Amino acid sequence: MAKLIVTLDGQPITELELRKERITIGRKPHNDIVIDNLAVSGEHAAVATIHDISFVEDLGSTNGTLVNDAPIKRVPLRHGDEIEIGKYRLRYAHPEGIGTRKGPTDFDNAPTPHDTQSQAPAQPQPVGALAAHTVSLAGEGGGPDQPARQETAAAAAAAPADAPLEPAKTEGTRAAIQILNGPNAGKELELAKTLTSLGKPGIQVAVITRRPHGYFITHVEGNLRPAVNGRALDTHPRQLADHDVIEFGGIKMEFYLK
Amino acid sequence: MDLRPALDIASLTDPGKVRSHNEDSLAVDAEAGFVILADGMGGYNAGEVASGIAVTMLSDSLKSALRGGLADRETGSLVRAEIERTNAAIYQAAQSQPQFSGMGTTLVFALFHDNRVTVAHIGDSRLYRYREARLEQVTRDHSLLQEQIDSGMLSREDARLSRNRNLVTRALGVDPAVAAEIQEHAALPGDIYLLCSDGLNDMVGDEDIQLTLGALGANPKLAASQLVRMANDNGGRDNISVILVRILRDFPANRGALARLRTWLK
Repeated sequence: MAKLIVTLDGQPITELELRKERITIGRKPHNDIVIDNLAVSGEHAAVATIHDISFVEDLGSTNGTLVNDAPIKRVPLRHGDEIEIGKYRLRYAHPEGIGTRKGPTDFDNAPTPHDTQSQAPAQPQPVGALAAHTVSLAGEGGGPDQPARQETAAAAAAAPADAPLEPAKTEGTRAAIQILNGPNAGKELELAKTLTSLGKPGIQVAVITRRPHGYFITHVEGNLRPAVNGRALDTHPRQLADHDVIEFGGIKMEFYLK
Repeated sequence: MDLRPALDIASLTDPGKVRSHNEDSLAVDAEAGFVILADGMGGYNAGEVASGIAVTMLSDSLKSALRGGLADRETGSLVRAEIERTNAAIYQAAQSQPQFSGMGTTLVFALFHDNRVTVAHIGDSRLYRYREARLEQVTRDHSLLQEQIDSGMLSREDARLSRNRNLVTRALGVDPAVAAEIQEHAALPGDIYLLCSDGLNDMVGDEDIQLTLGALGANPKLAASQLVRMANDNGGRDNISVILVRILRDFPANRGALARLRTWLK
């Protein structure tokens, strides 16, 4: 049976097995777990357990409930999760380690979120042309790669970070690439679709994606990575600027806006 | 049988740009060879409770059922029974706890076994198959919109503009019993299967999904993040979840003498 272990400053205080369908945590004496501290609301949080799956829910408390340092309204609990209420921590322990998510999902192996993602909520980006340019790359690396558990934080971060991007740059603008060397020198390829792929499948492929705030190149497969202005791409998409030179499998191409 | 060498799987979920929390739940088990996606709904944020129960219960019970080996003929009935059990659990929880009342969830599920795929779905979460450069929708939504299209009341064009696009006519956990739609298809090396919540297909058209799988299919992880990114670029009005499964090679069931003997002795 799963249980909650309550600690204060690292010292265990009490623990409670989750036998009931619903237990409550709060300052008032009728709660299943009573925490007598002024930072804790009368009815602060509840844990519902259904078929061995537990969910923690904030009951509209004044100071909020955190799970693994992120504020929550209601989330499913996984073995080892830590609920934070005031200065108290409640660790959720499941005997079979249910939901530790070893394997089943990709999220634990997801690349660490882009630096700018974590800064975004603390320092709302000013709305302006310059800001829009810098932030666009942050949005590119962040959002979808966020671990599931940081949903709330990710959403909070996404809003201010993406807001300046709204004035869509690609609406109405067109772009193309022109081949600069080799037998096809001079040929032009218009980037009309949301996604244009370059190269040969199975050997070397890169794609250029058209997004509301610009064009981005991403390496897809192959040992050799394309380079933009002499710098090889890493795993993240790279935004293209007017007259950037892309080098790909010995072919040089120029990206330009029409 | 460990299917990891045969399946390349990537999954991604994102709250989107409008909603503050995510009611979708996913489970992926490449070793056992199944993927599950559920899109929860219900008052007072109970949606993620419903989808969470659905995904956890189904994946736990399938994992233990598959450990015992799968006799082929039983696949469909096994899946149906597990879905019914899950439905009953969510329904009971919704009845017994007032804060969960009215919750429910869609479900789309794929189990890969013996060069085949068993697909089950309830509601408007979808499974698509990309094969030979063509994208095909395998599941048919259980939604008001789809019923209107089927009965000829709405054309596909009008449907794209319809407002009540998210009304589902079948869901897990809202009635004491539910009928999952179950299909079985041959799975071929090179196939890519896409499971998604409506947060993807409401925001990104089939042509763009096809284009993405064509260009990025060799790298499911990248394709998944590109799909989510496109949905967000187009407005991200709902939670967006995608699971991509690429078939790397054949995965016939182990029919060795020992395996046959084991089945026989059981």
